[in-house]
Amino acid sequence: MGKIAGTSSLEAVNLHCVRGERKLFGALNFTLRSGELLRIAGANGSGKTSLLRIACGLLEPTRGEMRWAGENIRRLQEEFWRQLVYIGHANAIKDDLTATENLHVACTLAGISVQPAQIREALRRLGLAGCEDLPARMLSQGQRRRTTLARLALSEAVPLWILDEPFAALDSEAVEHVQNLIAAHLSRGAAVILTTHLEARIAAAMRIDLERT
Amino acid sequence: MLAALRCVIRRDLLLAARRSSDVLTVLLFFVIVVSLFPLGVGPDAGLLRTIAPGVIWVAALLASMLALQRMFASDHADGTLEQMLLGATPLGMTVAAKVFAHWVISGLPLVLISPVLALQFDFPQEFLGVLALSLALGTPVLSLIGAIGAALTLGLRGGGALLSLLVLPLYVPVLIIGAGAAEAAVSGLGGHAQLLLLGALLVFAVAFAPWAAAVALRISTE
Repeated sequence: MGKIAGTSSLEAVNLHCVRGERKLFGALNFTLRSGELLRIAGANGSGKTSLLRIACGLLEPTRGEMRWAGENIRRLQEEFWRQLVYIGHANAIKDDLTATENLHVACTLAGISVQPAQIREALRRLGLAGCEDLPARMLSQGQRRRTTLARLALSEAVPLWILDEPFAALDSEAVEHVQNLIAAHLSRGAAVILTTHLEARIAAAMRIDLERT
Repeated sequence: MLAALRCVIRRDLLLAARRSSDVLTVLLFFVIVVSLFPLGVGPDAGLLRTIAPGVIWVAALLASMLALQRMFASDHADGTLEQMLLGATPLGMTVAAKVFAHWVISGLPLVLISPVLALQFDFPQEFLGVLALSLALGTPVLSLIGAIGAALTLGLRGGGALLSLLVLPLYVPVLIIGAGAAEAAVSGLGGHAQLLLLGALLVFAVAFAPWAAAVALRISTE
């Protein structure tokens, strides 16, 4: 398992976020270097998802900016997104496609070219052997989440993972698998940001607690 | 990047094939609306011949309107759209691929069936080609303009009605020029000027609409 070469750091500079009338957070600063895990904690509605969406460029912060390798991510656009895996609340799974097809689409959109054998291997690693060719609508909630997360097993060369509640709907065995994937990714020198309510086994280098205001 | 575009087109066509009722609804709507006119207007062949291009064009416009809302809605609902926004391919290109797939699903069938429907109006057979060609050039423009409206109204309550109000006025030039092509051909003027204009509109829309829709998508997903 090779190291990821030349990883850059993700920097939040004086981030403010106001959604509607409500101020979610203000004057937030952090720097995430390669090999570090940032865990964002907070009650429901405290702005965890908003922070993640700002970090990956889906949402514009009210003030402040996100920087990747010292450049504002708004300017980098695709250059930044090629180096990012974002897994949100929604699974981005189409009911009418099979697990294999869904995973293939997800990887191709992200600019990762994968062979069918690799896709099968990734699904097998997440415990979905035998479900590869079932339409996603036949899968359970947990199996759909596993299908989405199988993308991580194919994104080992991507230096930044941003995961929103990755363990939601997963059973303990799958949580273990995903934690292993994250730990291995960190040891390769990549950076990971995640939100979770579970007490994760992997030690977070940093933890941001969002207060509900 | 081409791999990603091929993948998006293939995916959308595959989804349409597995859920063929969506495609058939649009096509049947078009067929029924066009067929209502000869029944309502009566068997005056001269009158029918005159109104044929206009009726077929208005019906095509409404049918393509009907399909518009679906362009981004399901991808928005299940989170795939977010992945497209964060994709390695520039969003405008991804949108162009989606619009192309959308046209193949909802526009191309109308083009192919229009000569058959025109026969109900006793439309002169030698000009069926001009009519179909005008639709072949015009319906992609409708899909492209519609994509901007669909992106802007994404996730809004009552988005459907708003989408119609937003997009229908923009369809007017396409309608006038498109229906005018077949009318000019029938009256002996030849429809070349209109077809060329439609072609120009198509080139213009292909160049700009996907990028406008991409910006609209970024705004409506924030």
